[in-house]
Amino acid sequence: MKLLIANGHLIDPIGKENTGMNVLIEDGKVSAWLRQDEKAPEDAEVFDASGLLVAPGFIDLHVHLREPGQEHKETIASGAAAAVAGGWTSVCPMPNTNPINDNAAITRYMIEQAEHAGLANVFPIGAITKSSDGKELAEMGEMKAAGAVAVSDDGRPVPNAGMMRRAMEYAKDFDLPVIDHCEDKSLSSGGVMHEGKISLLLGLKGMPALAEEVDAVRDILLAKETGAHIHIAHVSTKGAIEAVRRAKNEGINVTCEVTPHHFTLTDKAVEGYDTNTKMAPPLRSEEHLEAILEGIKDGTIDAIATDHAPHHSDEKALEYDRAPFGITGLETAIGLAFNELVHKGIIDLQKLVQLCSSNPAKIFKLKDRGTLTAGSIADVTIIDPELEWTYRNADSRSKSKNSPFDGWKFTGGVVATIAGGRIVYRR
Amino acid sequence: MEKPFKRRDLLGIRDLSAEEIKGILDTAENFREINAREIKKVPTLRGKTVINLFFENSTRTRTSFELAAKRLSADAVNISISSSSVAKGETLIDTALNLDAMSPDCIVVRHGSAGVPHQLAKVSKAAIINAGDGTNEHPTQALLDAMTIREHKKKIADLEVAIVGDILHSRVARSNIQLLTKLGARVRVAGPKTLVPDDFQYLVEKDLIVCKNIEEAIEGTDVVMILRIQKERQDSAYFPTLREYSIHYGLTHERLNLAKEDAIVLHPGPMNRGIEIASDVADSSRSLILDQVKYGVAVRMAVLYLATGGTASSE
Repeated sequence: MKLLIANGHLIDPIGKENTGMNVLIEDGKVSAWLRQDEKAPEDAEVFDASGLLVAPGFIDLHVHLREPGQEHKETIASGAAAAVAGGWTSVCPMPNTNPINDNAAITRYMIEQAEHAGLANVFPIGAITKSSDGKELAEMGEMKAAGAVAVSDDGRPVPNAGMMRRAMEYAKDFDLPVIDHCEDKSLSSGGVMHEGKISLLLGLKGMPALAEEVDAVRDILLAKETGAHIHIAHVSTKGAIEAVRRAKNEGINVTCEVTPHHFTLTDKAVEGYDTNTKMAPPLRSEEHLEAILEGIKDGTIDAIATDHAPHHSDEKALEYDRAPFGITGLETAIGLAFNELVHKGIIDLQKLVQLCSSNPAKIFKLKDRGTLTAGSIADVTIIDPELEWTYRNADSRSKSKNSPFDGWKFTGGVVATIAGGRIVYRR
Repeated sequence: MEKPFKRRDLLGIRDLSAEEIKGILDTAENFREINAREIKKVPTLRGKTVINLFFENSTRTRTSFELAAKRLSADAVNISISSSSVAKGETLIDTALNLDAMSPDCIVVRHGSAGVPHQLAKVSKAAIINAGDGTNEHPTQALLDAMTIREHKKKIADLEVAIVGDILHSRVARSNIQLLTKLGARVRVAGPKTLVPDDFQYLVEKDLIVCKNIEEAIEGTDVVMILRIQKERQDSAYFPTLREYSIHYGLTHERLNLAKEDAIVLHPGPMNRGIEIASDVADSSRSLILDQVKYGVAVRMAVLYLATGGTASSE
């Protein structure tokens, strides 16, 4: 089967191309780039990408797909459907399922469910410790063999520095990045939003920026000591970004990601007590948002990841301090990146592709992805930078509707998503 | 006809303008006299239904709202946490929708979580009155405090007011700071740094000072407001012991003498005698704690009246 993506503007940072170029796909792989006046095989199906951006498939390093165990919130199939509608050809689910993805059987199950769904690629993240309780190492080698691409205890970050050191030492042997949701819970416990002026005003318990920074600095020191690759999840504070910047300058093996909600909203969004503004890390104040934008600009921040965290509407219809943390994000990420970053001149389209595709592929060492050079897997995200559209929770493909961006208008959006050479989403 | 509030709900002092606050206080003045009559009942709210929805224990505030409703001839129903559906797993919003389906005119809500009245107001057709939400606001308490101050000082503008104690966890303090500064008073707050973070100075745009100690806060003030200290804060390491707290932050006659000669003392209750306030101070003629309770009924009558469609009085 042949597919020609014709007349589009190809941006491939790894292949060092940023020009009008046709991409020929054969049997799930990119077979060649053709000049737009070059003759293509006559038996190829043609996708006309005139006026559109053609990019290597976007890779979301941080999602929660809730399967197994919490299928009322999301399944791998529904999460994958939301992913491709948002332009993500690959997603990396965190291990906080029930049971926890701390062994090869669960890892395999997740991958099989994704294959059944046949939409997005799913690269599971295994647990660092058994049951993510911070006590004993999980079988990282076995999980890697089954298809896991990184390890993390996500929302239950390893509190014990000694255990984290062992985990890094061990993970390094298997070339697995260690991801940390940096939060020292002795500083943040009981908190439900960013600690600052707004939390004092609203009478909600705060989670200080310090809680994230203390843990990030600890992890960076441990990465320096062990030589392991630490990936800081959803970085959200000025101090954490500065710590990553310094560490990178020192040559420490550290990378980090940012979520669209953290580069878009501040803690002011919590006024009104909408539980869809509650997530961890929390929406920070203006100075932190400015530091995030600076970190995106200067390359301290490597990737955009959604932290897509579906919760059923009944679970969110609670008191602010009792509602669960997290919001959905797969379908709004690219719209937000256009509105808040591209159109405001923070990044150009080349950088957008780096943040969403080539860098994530490098961070998790996903072979033959994050690029469309000949021989690569044909995962493609096709974007219309001029597309005007409105996001509505009611239309979301996710099983959960807990997004604070209901009704938001965007300029720039996904037109089609191709995974393994198959068109899996078309607007 | 001008609207009583910007909206029918009373969610917090934060949403109110100085004019709206004065309107409520003036309306309350008019209702005060009813509470002194032999027959303490007028037909103003006949046929209106008020639900007192209390998710948190309260004697004073609930009784005050109930009396206020009854003295205006409204039908008042009390629902307390022990009989609530929330314990059975019903969501907050479902509870609100169910009560709303019975067509009350007004729901008075107290809840341990900040923001619950705001959440209910979004889905409810009835007017929502905040009777205290977590550590956010307690607007009717601030209104009755203002009424007490106004009665004794004949004004609020340009007064110096000290608020001492656990500001961080106090909805009374949040509402009072906002109300008093909106009406032109200057507020100083003091207490252990763990309970009075410096960031509090940003709570309002001006006229709020975070003081280093209780003496600095009280010196030369017209009003001293003492907040209740809770034992559970000691358990969470905000301060070492109640003994140490009372030594450093308790209001004694000696400390009160730093205030103006005619300074008055307020406490939202319930008091821990001998801890945040010495018993002899609480019982002295400068203490207006029972006046506060008395004016509470009038303030709540005014709030219920305005929330159910009445028009604010003006001086």
